[in-house]
Amino acid sequence: MKIIEKIKNMSFLANILYSILAIIFALIIGAVLIFLSGHNVINAYYNLFYGAFGNTYNLSQTLLKTIPLIFTGLAVAVSFQCGLFNIGGEGQLYWGAFATAITAITFAKLPGPVLIPLSILAGAAAGGIWGIFPGYLKAKTGAHEVITTIMLNYIGILGTTFFLKNYFKADGPVDQTVFIPESTRLKELIPYSRLTWAIFIAIFTVILLDLFFKKTSAGYDMKAVGQNISAAEYAGISTSRVLIMSMCLSGAIAGLTGSTMVLGVLHRFITNFSPGYGFTGIAVAVLGRNKPWGVFLAALLFGALEAGGMSMQLFARIPSDLMTIVQGLVIIFVAAPAFIQVIGKLIPVRRGAGLDE
Amino acid sequence: MYAVELRGISKKFGDILANDNIDLAIKKGEIHCLLGENGAGKTTLMKILFGLYSKDSGSIFINNQEINIDSPRKAIDLGISMIHQHFMLVNRFTVTENIIAGEEPSKGIFIDEKEALKRVEEIAGRYNLRINPTAVIEDISVGEQQRVEIIKALYRKAEILILDEPTAVLTPQETEELFQVMRELKNDGKTIIFITHKLKETMAISDRVTILRNGKKAGTVNTAETDPVQLARMMVGRDVLLQVEKSEREKNNVIFEVKDLSLKNVSSNLSLKNVNFQIEKGEILGLAGVEGNGQLELEEAIMGLRPIEKGTFILNGRDISSFSTREKRNTGMAYIPSDRLKRGLIESFTIEENVMLGSEWKPPFAKRGIIDEDKIKEYTEKIIKEFDIKCSSTKARVSELSGGNQQKLLIGRELLADPEFILASQPTRGVDVGAVEYIHNLLLQLRDRGKGILLISAELDELRSLSDRIMVIYEGRIVAEGRTEDFTEEELGLLMAGQEVEVLQS
Ligand SMILES: Nc1ncnc2c1ncn2[C@@H]1O[C@H](COP(=O)(O)OP(=O)(O)OP(=O)(O)O)[C@@H](O)[C@H]1O
Ligand SMILES: [Mg+2]
Repeated sequence: MKIIEKIKNMSFLANILYSILAIIFALIIGAVLIFLSGHNVINAYYNLFYGAFGNTYNLSQTLLKTIPLIFTGLAVAVSFQCGLFNIGGEGQLYWGAFATAITAITFAKLPGPVLIPLSILAGAAAGGIWGIFPGYLKAKTGAHEVITTIMLNYIGILGTTFFLKNYFKADGPVDQTVFIPESTRLKELIPYSRLTWAIFIAIFTVILLDLFFKKTSAGYDMKAVGQNISAAEYAGISTSRVLIMSMCLSGAIAGLTGSTMVLGVLHRFITNFSPGYGFTGIAVAVLGRNKPWGVFLAALLFGALEAGGMSMQLFARIPSDLMTIVQGLVIIFVAAPAFIQVIGKLIPVRRGAGLDE
Repeated sequence: MYAVELRGISKKFGDILANDNIDLAIKKGEIHCLLGENGAGKTTLMKILFGLYSKDSGSIFINNQEINIDSPRKAIDLGISMIHQHFMLVNRFTVTENIIAGEEPSKGIFIDEKEALKRVEEIAGRYNLRINPTAVIEDISVGEQQRVEIIKALYRKAEILILDEPTAVLTPQETEELFQVMRELKNDGKTIIFITHKLKETMAISDRVTILRNGKKAGTVNTAETDPVQLARMMVGRDVLLQVEKSEREKNNVIFEVKDLSLKNVSSNLSLKNVNFQIEKGEILGLAGVEGNGQLELEEAIMGLRPIEKGTFILNGRDISSFSTREKRNTGMAYIPSDRLKRGLIESFTIEENVMLGSEWKPPFAKRGIIDEDKIKEYTEKIIKEFDIKCSSTKARVSELSGGNQQKLLIGRELLADPEFILASQPTRGVDVGAVEYIHNLLLQLRDRGKGILLISAELDELRSLSDRIMVIYEGRIVAEGRTEDFTEEELGLLMAGQEVEVLQS
């Protein structure tokens, strides 16, 4: 317990330093694995870094992979600030994508500048509503949000599929809607990169949330409930309202994952389009220490590992699964307190300097 | 022979010198009391001895041997056990499971439950520690949990026991029982270090007393050769009024009234039945009672934190029964809850963040939902100055403050809005004599300024010296009410224990 408290209270700089250490250790172990599987480590890592940051196009692919992870990571972080663990990002983002696609298709006659925000709002609203259910159940009945959000994931994924198949399916063998109108597709920043200004929506969301938690009364209420729900209640904060609001906000942000995927990349709603963004978001939030800018950096790292991993697979013929392992190692190192103890043994720390009980 | 000898121990937290070159010698088989103001460094010193904190300098001798204690594990192996004020028990485990955790007697790969039970019962029997070995921790009282902690220590063959403010959470009867156990332990040759803020207890149980002040040792005295006044002076560095003076008051208008309040707490099966009382402006009404007889339910009901079956609350002639907690606070009610860390403050938040708790939507702290940090800082500094809170900055975390300073912060925050009615529950729990004097004077000042105060306390001395009138609660019922002078201490004690007493009513 002591150590977990300690991580929570480490200063900002120490946090970053520690995360960087974790990444380096993970990469070292990754190198050992690459070596053991009979590949050239230098070549592998050269391709990894080149593939992630080497030129504008590669960088754009990294950013492209980063966008959904920013949203799902933020979604988890927001609920966590309020002491809740939203595992339901996956279900929420499916509703977000679905609502965005249907809105864009249904109101195709509206001009783009109106329809784009409207579709995005519809996606956020749908995700938000999907988040309200577990929030309400938690606040009113005490049902644990981890259980309910997992359940609602199934309902969300299969529910959208159901509506799609029965009411909105385009002709053809694939379970997908028709394309959304040209006017609602987000413009690419770099030709053929599929990277759109959705990245700015993501960064804007990071900024807004950062300010939300630092400067607003509502953000304060969420943190207070997350840190000590009794004290919050005794001080007159309506805890059930705050719990529901935070799940709604969390769901809405998860919904934006779907919206930006539909408007920027897919241009339609397709079943099973998400490779588990909602779940990766949990890892991103853990790595980002549930802080908005931390989530941004963590998502960037994951995006880079993914984009770089693909080029590594392509050019050095090393399975990109290795990078998934590296991602896993980073998380383990960051989340597992024992690792800190090992480092702590190397660097003697003064005990009793922080929150120690 | 000394069981423990600390020489020149120093420990710094940032800029705060928590322990400054402290020497402490504890004789084998004695009960040694550690006294000192809040933040004097008692807990820090004991945590160093127990291996929880590292020391910056100094040395530790156990049975005349210098030893470097770098972990609680090591301390336990040396026969040292520390019982913290906040117990470290696993709530869902049984008493026995908690006691043996980590050192289970085994039969092959299985825990030998019979043997475990036998050993636990043997220790409990030897020192008269009343426990039910198969009960689950969350179902038993605080006093019983404490006995479990003591057995846990003895099970680990403790020879030196550190008790950090064990009596702060106990009823007077439980305290007496604990003292009985401590005496038996002493007769058995165990050494006990005992931290408390209550001078009466120090005088009653200890052989010698060491006083810390501002991280330094102020001296060690034999209990038989000292008295509470001298101890208080050594702790605080000035004369402390152990008894405050209360002025006469005249009849005034009623400020707060509870009519026919009834409710049932389903989880504890305790009911409040037809509770009625009035508090006038400039009056302190004390509520006496053994903890767990409905005080918490009453507090929570008054503040709108617990549903009631029937009843009316009237503040300044206005029916506020249907108000939410926030509305009640906004209409001039302040609340100092009994458990400051659980219900009053957020430990992981900074002092500033705690000051705005409850006012985070209101000007001057926030406008249209946007927080004004400068204003908060300004008010926090005001509270720190006015209430003399010792802290490194307004951005220090509350968990770094000592208990007394946390309590002052809580009171400071609650009084910020200049309330009409103050519900103060155990306002001096765990705070030192100087702070007690301060808080008592503050409550009396508020009374003299025409505020109404409901004082809930387990301390009879406190109730008797502050209250204008006293009510006694027993099993959810008000069993007696009258002017403070109408009760003797014995009568109050009997009433609290549920006995019928003929009290002269005026
Ligand atoms: N973990 C910590 N980090 C920073 N400062 C600390 C920490 N623990 C204690 N302090 C500071 O060290 C000083 C001594 O604290 P300590 O808890 O030992 O006091 P105490 O005598 O036990 O007081 P109390 O009677 O209120 O329990 C205080 O000023 C406190 O604020
Ligand atoms: Mg202490």
